[in-house]
Order: sequence, then structure tokens, then C-alpha cells
Amino acid sequence: MLNIIKKNEQYVKFCAALDKCEHYQKFLVYKNKVLALGNDSLEKTIAIAVALCLVCAVLVSFGAVALKPLQAYNKNLDMKKNILEVAGLMKEDTDIDAAFGEQIEAKLVNLETGEYDDSVNADAYDQRKATKDPTQSVAIPKDKDIAHIRHKAKLAKVFLVKDGDKIKSIILPISGYGLWSTLYGFLSLDADGQTVQSINFYDQAETPGLGGEVVNPKWRALWKGKKVYAETDQPALDKGSIEEADIGEPALALIKGSVDTGKMGAQHQVDGLAGATLTSNGVTNLVRYWMGKEGFARYLGKVRVKRANS
Amino acid sequence: MSAVVGDELKNAILNEETKKVVVEPLVNNNPITLQVLGICSALAVTSQMSTSLIMALALTLVTAFSSAAISAIRKHIPGSIRIIVQMTIIASLVIVVDQILKAVAYDVSKQLSVFVGLIITNCIVMGRAEGYAMQNPPLESFMDGIGNGAGYSLILVIVAFFRETLGSGKLLGYEVFKLTKDGGWYDPNGLMLLPPSAFFIIGLIIWSLRQWKPEQREAVDFKIMSIAHGEGAQH
Repeated sequence: MLNIIKKNEQYVKFCAALDKCEHYQKFLVYKNKVLALGNDSLEKTIAIAVALCLVCAVLVSFGAVALKPLQAYNKNLDMKKNILEVAGLMKEDTDIDAAFGEQIEAKLVNLETGEYDDSVNADAYDQRKATKDPTQSVAIPKDKDIAHIRHKAKLAKVFLVKDGDKIKSIILPISGYGLWSTLYGFLSLDADGQTVQSINFYDQAETPGLGGEVVNPKWRALWKGKKVYAETDQPALDKGSIEEADIGEPALALIKGSVDTGKMGAQHQVDGLAGATLTSNGVTNLVRYWMGKEGFARYLGKVRVKRANS
Repeated sequence: MSAVVGDELKNAILNEETKKVVVEPLVNNNPITLQVLGICSALAVTSQMSTSLIMALALTLVTAFSSAAISAIRKHIPGSIRIIVQMTIIASLVIVVDQILKAVAYDVSKQLSVFVGLIITNCIVMGRAEGYAMQNPPLESFMDGIGNGAGYSLILVIVAFFRETLGSGKLLGYEVFKLTKDGGWYDPNGLMLLPPSAFFIIGLIIWSLRQWKPEQREAVDFKIMSIAHGEGAQH
């Protein structure tokens, strides 16, 4: 009750101040004049348009500015959830912020050299935004652009899952064109930079029930334990020479039908999605692109060399 | 003083006119089945019940508040810029609703994607503004918006009910039919997850509604000729 009176007092004061204000009085006179005009007069048309735009602009900007922090928080939380999910750390009752802060470290990788780049703050870096910024990205030559993404950021944001000082797994951002949409997701590898832990796509618009099954947990579980690179391609790697950190091209692919586990090369094959050949091809291409020399091959080569040396 | 305002409000809400504007659009003058407006979003968002409910709520609120706002200034809207004035008010409200959804219901807003923004172009909102709010006082216009929003919501919920249960064996995310891929008996109908299935369902709803209420049938524009009098008779 007291509050209301207080508010009223302020309101009364405000009104008194307004009454004294010369401009406000002029405005009132003008307002009455305009409202008395005929609806189709030019002056009233313009005055109404201006007034309406002002009111609407204030309403919209107020909403946008007031809600911005909450929206940014939600977006961030959603991204963290996806990363924890692909790292296999997401349970029903996980405190997302705490789990993320404790176990996951964001790092920027220079795709050209395969080295970490610490000159930019990794936590604030947005790879998708950087991809669209000509100063932070490079155009991909047409013949190499198997994932059909046209541009890639110079720096890629990877996430390391840590247990104390030891790296448990490496989470790499991947993206590429499927049938209708660009799929964005993460591929998580064991610390050996070779064995797949999990894959997930957090942003895609493939056909529901067909290509959209890329988000199906059952299909995603098929990826666990698959090897990205053929073993024969890396004899030099585990000797620990940085210069020869060439792990070859990725061998991982989706195949039509089911994988025959007894066959040679089954460790590089994942069941394709039934009824979604083009989405399956898209996924194969984007994995091959990002695991290839254009993508993370150099970085992963160095990870393996470092591991062999330590 | 507040008692007087309360009485006035009560009278305004309980009178015959408001009752009519709220109840009529549910069945007798439904925006989707009779006026055949707002079909686009009815196809796009109804593959799941949760998105349909949020969309229905968003559209109802936008229709109600934009009608009320337009009605409040209806006597001063210049005829030459009438439509753009209505659009500006509707667009501002839709942007605010979209921003609120992004802030409080992020997952749903991600699924609805552009369709919240497209409420701006939804014919129901425009239709009520031009057809009702421009001639009637704010409170009635508000109730008219609620009524038409509810009529739209009703159809959306029916369509979403069939699409989600038959298409993915779930309702509001809870399992209804156990799917064969999870070891159950139900093989989901993939067509139900695609937008065209909503055409079939809405078509069936319109057909059964017009069987029930024949006065909703439209006059025939062209008579279909019987074969005997047409070209076929020459053979």
C-alpha cells in the first residue's frame, strides 16, 4: 500500500514537472490539433505514421535489449549441453555449467598449421560467426570443397575433455551440406585422435524420419569405436617425428545397408541411414572433409606425435 | 471506484456480443476450416504437440493484443496507410513474442524457427484487424482475437494429435505406441511427419465439419457436367 502511495507521489511530481515543461505543452497543443484534423489529411497521415513508428520502435527495442542477456545465456547453455552430450558426460541431473567448467577446456586450432593458437580468447570465439567474416575465414577451392560449405574459419574451436591434466577426449566441430540443410555438429575422438567416441548434430533440417535420423541415439551409437584413419597410413607417426606427422586421408564412411563386422575395413564403416542416401553421403563427405588435410588432419597428426613422445 | 470498473469489465466480458465473438470462431466460423486462413503454419508446426501448443498460444496472444491496439486507435488511422499501420503493430508484437520465446523457451523456439516470425503474414491476424478491430471497440476486439486464436488452436491441436501419435508414436514426447525399432508393435507412418499429411487431416476435418453443418458448404462456382451431355457422349 505504502509503495503505491510513494509511486503516486512520484507520479504527481512527474506530472507537475511535465506541466511546467514548455515543450510538453507545445506537444499537447500540437497533438490536439492533429487529432482534430480529418483522417485523410496529409499532415495527420504523416504524424500518425511517425508516432506509431516511434511507439513500436521503443517497444521492440525495449524487448530486444531487456531479453538479450537471457537469450545469450540460453544459447550458450544449449551449446554446452551439446558438447557434454557428445563427450558422454550428459546425464538427466547434470549441472551443465559446473560440469562444463570442471572438465572441458576450449582451445583454438589453426587449421593451416595444426597448432594451438592462444592469441585469441577461446571462450569468446564463435567459429560459425568467424566463418562468415572474410577477415577470419578463407574460401575453400571448389575441387576440395567436398562438404559444400564454401568458407571455413582459419581458427577452429575444439574442446578437450580433461581428467586432471590428462586429455580424455577431443571434440571437433564439423559441418557440411546434407540433402536440404547444412548440418552442424561435433565429432568426439579418443585421446589417440583416431577412435570415434560419439557424433552428434545440433543443428540440421533434414527430412524428419529419414535424413533427420542423424539425431537418433541408436544410429549415433553405431559410431562408437570406429577408426577414422587407416592404420597402414601412419608408420612414422608413433615414432614421434613432428615433420612426418602425416596421418593420411580419413577412411571413415557411411555404407549402404548394414556393416558386416567380419569383413576387412569394418572398423571404418558405419551403417548408412535407410532411405536417406543423400544425407548419408553428406555425412560421409563432411566427416572426410573435416578429418582430411583441409580440416583437422594436421592437428590430429601432431596430437598423436605428442602422445607418442610423452 | 475499483468496484465500478470491475462491474463494467464484467458486463463487457459477459454480454452476448463478446460471448458470440469468442464462441463463434470455434466451430461455426472457424478461421481454418471455414475461412481457410492460416493454413501455412498449420502445416509447418503440427508435427509435434508441444510446438503446436506454443504456436497456438503465440498466435492467440498476437491476434488479441494487435486487435485491441488497432481498435484503440481505429478512429485516427488514416485510410491511405491503414494496412501498413496494422502491419506495423502486428509486426512489433510478433517480434516481442519471438524475443520472449527465445529467452524463456529456447528449445521450442529453435523448433518453431521462422514460423513465429511468420505470424506477421498469417492471414488470421490481418483478417481480424481489418475485418473486426477497425469497426469495433477495443475490449470486443480483444475477445474476438482470443476467439479466433482459440479456433485456430483447436484445429492445430487436433492435427498435431494425429500427426504426433501416428507419426512418432508419442504425445507431448511421452510414448503412446511402442515403436517396432524399440521392440514394440507400432511401425510409424513417416508421411505423418511431413507437412503434406496436415493437408489430408485438415481436409478430413473440413469434410466432416461440413457434413455435420451443411450450411458451411460453399455455393458451387461451376457445375460439373454429366458425361451424357458432355463430349464423352459422342463416342
